This record gives sequence, structure tokens and C-alpha cells, in this order.
Amino acid sequence: MTTANRTVQFKIYRYDPDRDAKPYMQDISVEIEVTDRKLLDAMVRLKVKDDSLSFRRSCREGVCGSDAMNINGKNGLACLTDMSSFPPGKPIVLRPLPGLPVIRDLVVDMTQFFKQYHSIKPYLVNNDPLPERERLQSPAEREELNGLYECILCACCSTACPSFWWNPDKFVGPAGLLAAYRFIADTRDQATSERLDNLEDPYRLFRCHSIMNCVDVCPKNLNPTKAIGKIKELMLQRAI
Amino acid sequence: MKYTVRKFDAVIVGAGGAGLRAAIQLSEAGMKTAVLTKVFPTRSHTVAAQGGVAASLGNSDEDHWHWHMYDTVKGSDWLGDQDAIEFMVRNANECVIELEHYGMPFDRLDNGRIYQRPFGGHMSNFGEKPVRRSCAAADRTGHAMLHAMYQRNVKVNTQFFVEWQALDLIRDAEGEVLGVTAMDMETGEVVAFHAKATIFATGGAGRIYYSSTNAFINTGDGVGMAARAGIPLEDMEFWQFHPTGVAGAGVLITEGVRGEGGILRNSLGERFMERYAPNAKDLASRDIVSRAMVTEINEGRGCGPNKDFVLLDITHLDPETIMKRLPGIHEIAVQFAGVDCLKEPIPVVPTCHYQMGGIPTNYLGQVVVPQGDNHSTPVPGFFAAGECACASVHGANRLGTNSLLDLLVFGKSAGETAVNELKAGARTHKPLPAEAIERTLARLDRLNTQKDGADVHETRLAMQRTMQKHAGVFRFKDMLKEGVEKILAIEQDVGRTQINDKSMVFNTARIEALELDNLIEVAKATIVSANARTESRGAHVRDDAPNTTEHPNGRDDKNWHKHTLWYRENNRLDYKPVQMKPMTVDSIELKTRAY
Amino acid sequence: MKRIVVGAHYGLKDWLAQRVTAVVMAVFTIFMIAAIAGGAVSSADAWRGFMAHRLVQIVSFLFAVSLFYHAWIGVRDIWMDYVKPPGLRLTLHVLTALALIGYAGWTVQILWRL
Repeated sequence: MTTANRTVQFKIYRYDPDRDAKPYMQDISVEIEVTDRKLLDAMVRLKVKDDSLSFRRSCREGVCGSDAMNINGKNGLACLTDMSSFPPGKPIVLRPLPGLPVIRDLVVDMTQFFKQYHSIKPYLVNNDPLPERERLQSPAEREELNGLYECILCACCSTACPSFWWNPDKFVGPAGLLAAYRFIADTRDQATSERLDNLEDPYRLFRCHSIMNCVDVCPKNLNPTKAIGKIKELMLQRAI
Repeated sequence: MKYTVRKFDAVIVGAGGAGLRAAIQLSEAGMKTAVLTKVFPTRSHTVAAQGGVAASLGNSDEDHWHWHMYDTVKGSDWLGDQDAIEFMVRNANECVIELEHYGMPFDRLDNGRIYQRPFGGHMSNFGEKPVRRSCAAADRTGHAMLHAMYQRNVKVNTQFFVEWQALDLIRDAEGEVLGVTAMDMETGEVVAFHAKATIFATGGAGRIYYSSTNAFINTGDGVGMAARAGIPLEDMEFWQFHPTGVAGAGVLITEGVRGEGGILRNSLGERFMERYAPNAKDLASRDIVSRAMVTEINEGRGCGPNKDFVLLDITHLDPETIMKRLPGIHEIAVQFAGVDCLKEPIPVVPTCHYQMGGIPTNYLGQVVVPQGDNHSTPVPGFFAAGECACASVHGANRLGTNSLLDLLVFGKSAGETAVNELKAGARTHKPLPAEAIERTLARLDRLNTQKDGADVHETRLAMQRTMQKHAGVFRFKDMLKEGVEKILAIEQDVGRTQINDKSMVFNTARIEALELDNLIEVAKATIVSANARTESRGAHVRDDAPNTTEHPNGRDDKNWHKHTLWYRENNRLDYKPVQMKPMTVDSIELKTRAY
Repeated sequence: MKRIVVGAHYGLKDWLAQRVTAVVMAVFTIFMIAAIAGGAVSSADAWRGFMAHRLVQIVSFLFAVSLFYHAWIGVRDIWMDYVKPPGLRLTLHVLTALALIGYAGWTVQILWRL
């Protein structure tokens, strides 16, 4: 491990509709310290150097999902990307998440992404009279939700999916489908049949062709493809 | 500059735990409600809470709300208001069960009930032995909770204004609150949200310190706005330093790690907490553990090349338990400490974590200020809940897992009180005072036209370094005095910050400058209040108030058993008595605090 | 009116059919490779004799039907992805379907004229 400060080169997608006629790639470098472990640390230094660079960030520990972007061609969270993971001597290329409209620089308009999330009715449906205490759920039943409920809605997966790029208004996308399965898998939820009906559609669910880009980029190591497979499995069970 | 006006029954500022909980209340009651939030709701910092939420469900051990109340009062070093504390702990079970009904994925016991783990300061039978009271969803309780509450809001159709930065509170000449001004970050448009009820749920301001577990967004926006509008801030000298932030990175490692059996060790490998808290050991309350750690480091028993951290050791625990109960911690240790905590201990240091003080409220969530003889007169139309508010349930030191409980109980109660007032027709849309909005516009205009001004980043950094050095875990008389002067000088720079980026579209440089306006109010309130309080209590410990027989732990109840109220105008200080009378039970009398 | 409409309530059958037909085609391919390796097509006459076998005709027909059904779903999805005007898309769907049905008839003719 080096102990000295070093200079890092960046190539960053820049676009401010207030000022720029069209987007361009900005070459910029910044000196980082040894303690700047993560890409986000370096970006905060970049922001000090050029305060017009816009990007979202909040928790800086990979749970809020704000700082998703396209890093050297692959979607990821800046706060979970190690500076040491970049090949030395080559500029780090940062672009906004692909497939969503750019508001400015690295900030994308996520309306469509959240619309799809909302479209799967992301809340527990249970019409039984409310018990006075908690509803019971065995540890094994609860375990079914592991790998599903941890999603941080960063949109790395959906914006890495060609089916979502092509039909963002019609294909729910990996994040939304993961959430859909999170409720289907919950023993407390009673709307399984409606949820399956809601997804039985050539676009909403069946535009997934299992190419697994979502699995490849998920910063929380979740597996939307597996969840989508389980939804299809349930539909099949229901149909035969 | 132009602005438009939009009318709502209620406007909620902030969509973290408290804001979302209040929003559920208002939306379910059919009120026309706007929830303003500067980040998408699930990005609020509640998402980072790890260990759990306290409730005396008694799923694993016998438990009772009265014991929880005792622990909270004791944890607060008797500075918490006992009516609010009783209200909170008595409503804990209901609020946690509601979350379960919303669909929150709590971990489960074999009998199907919610899993509970031990946490610092939570004891059974009035301080006898640790009790399992913290209801947890692995070590992602905040995430599970925030998402469950957002989902509930989706179900009840709450109207969110996402990525809107609130700017100023609107008060009229009578002091009534009529809404807020806010800016749409995407377009730079300024809108006055005219409301019959305004609820602040803007979270804490941990970013006044250099080293903090808090997110970048925790800039005390609501607290700053309230202060600028003439509302006093209560008990701002009390800041919790969480014992286990990852050394260097500041990222939080939950106390649940010690709840599951983790041990703190110094460079000699010694379990040093046995010396400081023979009974509760590593699960003593946070102020005590943090001070013990700093003492170990100061006395040369720190670890690492600079001897500047201690170690949190869980290598003796069953790896399966760690991966099941603390999977997020394993991830954090690898990502931010570069260690595999199954095999190596994690380097940790006390890190600024939680603001115990805030906007003074009562247990109904109403903001209260002194007026005439009454030191707690509600401000019409104004409510606050969560970390930005001071009910005061945490007093001089908060117990772990009481923060998530605070935001649930008081988020709900602020929402409920607002609904009741709205339904009773007690509130109308009084005319908006133009001057109030002009003030906001003038502030924006100043920032946009500032020349030869101060750099936002440098000014913020100077404030953070000053606060870290002058108002940290241990406080020193001379350092505090000097700190006040430094912060007041930095305030001058905050008044002349300059940004190079003048774009109207998603201008984060402008937002950071506006956030600094709020941070500096919090920093001033903190250091001025701390400088004045010449005793040691809870998280506020001074060198000139040491442990003596007359004043055990340096606590001076005769002179200082009272709440601080800091006013922005001339940094004036006022005080109000601690509410020692609970709602129904007997008062928990003053006693020396030991674990 | 421009409104995004989804919720056609079909898809599972097609998804399943695509997988089943793929399996049929894969099995047929292996069968044919084995037959070729076994010398079934060493000469034009041998091949003709092989194909005249009733069982071979039936599996060949199943293969062709699978291929056309598989192609129907695939091509239809391409039209759905790339052709936005509903009128044009419907026309292409119909033409595709008619062509594939025609091919199926043609296949029968070829297979059973032997």
C-alpha cells in the first residue's frame, strides 16, 4: 500500500441543460489522499475543485442507494467502489446510469424506475382482522425474504438491463420484479394471485430474457434473475 | 425572484422515519398533505440504523415498559422529561406491532414472534441485568423499517415532493407557523408551501463534526430553519458519540455487535470495559463506553501504529450467528475497515452519532416555547418529531434503539395531533406574510450574487474541525471558550459564502451552501450551550466538573438539573425545568448513575 | 390519446412454449446427428429411405412445428420491440403468422410426398 498522495485522472460525462448545448466528456484530475479509499471520497474532492459537478450522494456506506453511476462502463455505487480497484494510469470514466434521461451531469431522472417499482404494489396486502400482537412467522418463512428485502433501489440493475432500456415504460425491470417477489414470498401477504395476474404480461415480466446483467452489477449481491425465475415457476404451478 | 404558492392542509418536511410515520397518520386521515424531502424517501438516513428498535414486548425475557422507562431516565442522566419518556415507552409495543402489520421483515424467534436482542443500557427489573428488548431485522433494522413505512405511504397515496430543499419556516407576526419555503432542486423554482400544520422531521446535524457516522445529508436543516425563525433550541450541548465507528471511515458498527457478544479490547488485549462498568461491561450506555475508549487511547493503550483506536472483537462468536444476525456488519468491516471480522477484530473509535437536543416539543409533537409564565407554550401550527426534535426523551444521553422508537412514537403522535387540530377546524390558512418569503429570497439572492466570498467547503471544514476539537467526547473549559469565539468567527464566513456554479438545474453547490447556513446554527447552539453548562452530565463531560463526592460523575443537580434553551438572537441562553413528573407512575428520583 | 397500456394477461404460455419447443428442437438435433453419424445419409437413396420412415416423418414434423411456434414468439417479440405503430405491427404479426402457417403446410407436403 502506498502512503503518498497521488493524482487520479477522470473522464466525466458533463451536461448542464442551463449552460451546455449538448453533453461532453470532461477531463479532470484530482489529488487524493491515502485515506480516500472509495471512489466517492475522490469525487467529493473533485466537487471541491469544480463545484459545478453534480452527483447524488448521502450515506456513503452503501445503504441509501444514492450514488449509483456507470463506472468504467459498469454500473455500481461510488461509495462501495475501491479506488485501488482501478487500473493505474488510465482515467476513470464516469457516466450517468444508462437508459434514463439525464437531468444534469451524473444525475438521472429516476421517475420511470420508481413508477415501475410502484406498479407492483410494493406493500403488504393482508385483509384479515389485525391481531393484537405481531403476525407469527417462523424463522424459516422469514428466511424466504433474505436476498429480497435488502434492495436499496439504487437502479444499478434495471439500468444495466437491455430489456429495461428498450421498454422502460412497460417492462417492470429487475428491481421492481425483485420487490414483487419479496411480497409474493412473504407468508403474511395474501395477494399472491393478484400479484401474479399483475405480472402475467408479455412486457411486464416476460421481457426478462435471463441475461443476468442485473446480478452482475448489484452492489448488494442480490439476485433478481433468480427471483424472476421463481415468479415464473409460481405462474406455471398455478397454470398446470 | 418570483415564487408561487401552493396550499395544503399539512406540510411535512423530511421523509425519514419520523416524517414517513407522521405522513401515514395524515394520509390515512384523508388530509391533503405534502411531504417535502431533499432525497428520495428511502435514501433518508434512518435507512442506516442497524441494531433495532426498543419495545418491551417480552418475547425472549420478561420485560415491562416501566423498566424500559427507568433505563431511559437513567440513560438520560435524569435530564429526560419523564412524561414524554413514559409516553414513549408505553406506546412502544403498539408502534412496533404496527410496523410488523405494515410488513416490516423482523427476524423471528422459533415461536414465530419478533426476535429481540440485548442492547446497551437496557436492563430488567430497574437496572438489574441486561434484557433482550431490541426488536431487530438482522442488522438492517432501519432499512427494513424505512422501506416498510415508505411502502405503507405508497399504499395510502401520500404526495411526495422528492428532491425539494426546504429553505425557511414561515411565521407571521403573532408567531404562528404557516408553512415553509422550498426549492425544487431540479429546476431551482421556489415555492411557498402554505399549510395549516407544519411538521418538521428533518433529522440530525451530525455533519457539524469532522468525524461522524451521519450521512452527508444530515445537516440539521429543520433545526437551522427553526432557529432562524426565532424558535429556541433545547439541550444542544448533548451529542452522542457512538463507541464503534470504523476508525478512519466513520461508518457505524451497531451496538448490536456487542449485544450479540462482541467485546472491546485495548492494545494489551484486555477487556477494559470490565474496569469501567463491572456490571454491564461492554453493554454500558454509550457515553460511558465512548469515554472509556478515549481514556484507554489517551493513556497509551490504543491500537495501531498511532495507538489511536481500540478493537471490537467478535472472532470468538459462531461464524454462522454473525452471518445470520450481523451480515451487514461483515460487509461494512470488509468494505470500510478492510478486515474479515470473522477472523480479525475491527478497529473502532467513538464517532459523532446523534443529536440529543433539538427543537423543543412536548409528547404530542407540538413545538413548545417559553411564553410568559409557561415555559412550554405550543407554537400554533408547528410540530416536530424525530432527531430534529427534543421531546425530551434522551436527555443527556440516548440509549441505543431508542432513536428508532422516538421517531415512530413521536412521528405518529405529531401526525395525530395535527390531524386532530385540522379535524377540529382549529387551524385555517392565515394570510402569508410577504416579508417572511422575502427573507428567503434575499438569502438566495445574496448567495447568487456574492463576490470575493468564502469557500463553502473550506468554511464547513473549519467548522467541523473546530467542533471536533473543541466540543468532542471530553470537553475542556478553555477549549470550549476558545471554540465559541472560533465558531462565531466562522459564522461570519458562512454569511458570505460564494458558489461558482449559478445554474438553476440540480445545483448541488447551492444546496451545500444552503445546508451550511443550517449547520452553523447547530454548531453555535452546541458550543454556546456547552460552554455555559459547567457540570458533567451524560454525554457532556468537562474537565472542570470532575467526579467528586459532592458531585458524583461531576453532575451538579442543584445548579444544572435543567434544560438549556439557546436563542439565535445574540446567542441568548435560557433554561427550563426538567419534567420529573411522569404521566401516571411515580417520579424516578435523582440518583447517581452507574452501570 | 397517448397512454401506455400493459396487462394483456398472456405470456406464460408463450414463455413455456418457447422452452418446450426449444427442448424438442434440441432432441431432434441430437437425433439427427446420431442418424447421420450412423450412416443414415451416406447416399441420397439412404437418406430418402430414412426420411420415408413413418417415425422419422413424425418427429421431423414435430421439429418443424416447434421451430415455427418458436419463431412466431421470437419474431412477434421483435415486432413488439421495434415497430411502434399498432396498425403496422398488427399487419406484420398477421403476415408472420400466415407465413409460418404456410411453411407448416409446405413442410407437410415435403415430408409426406416421399
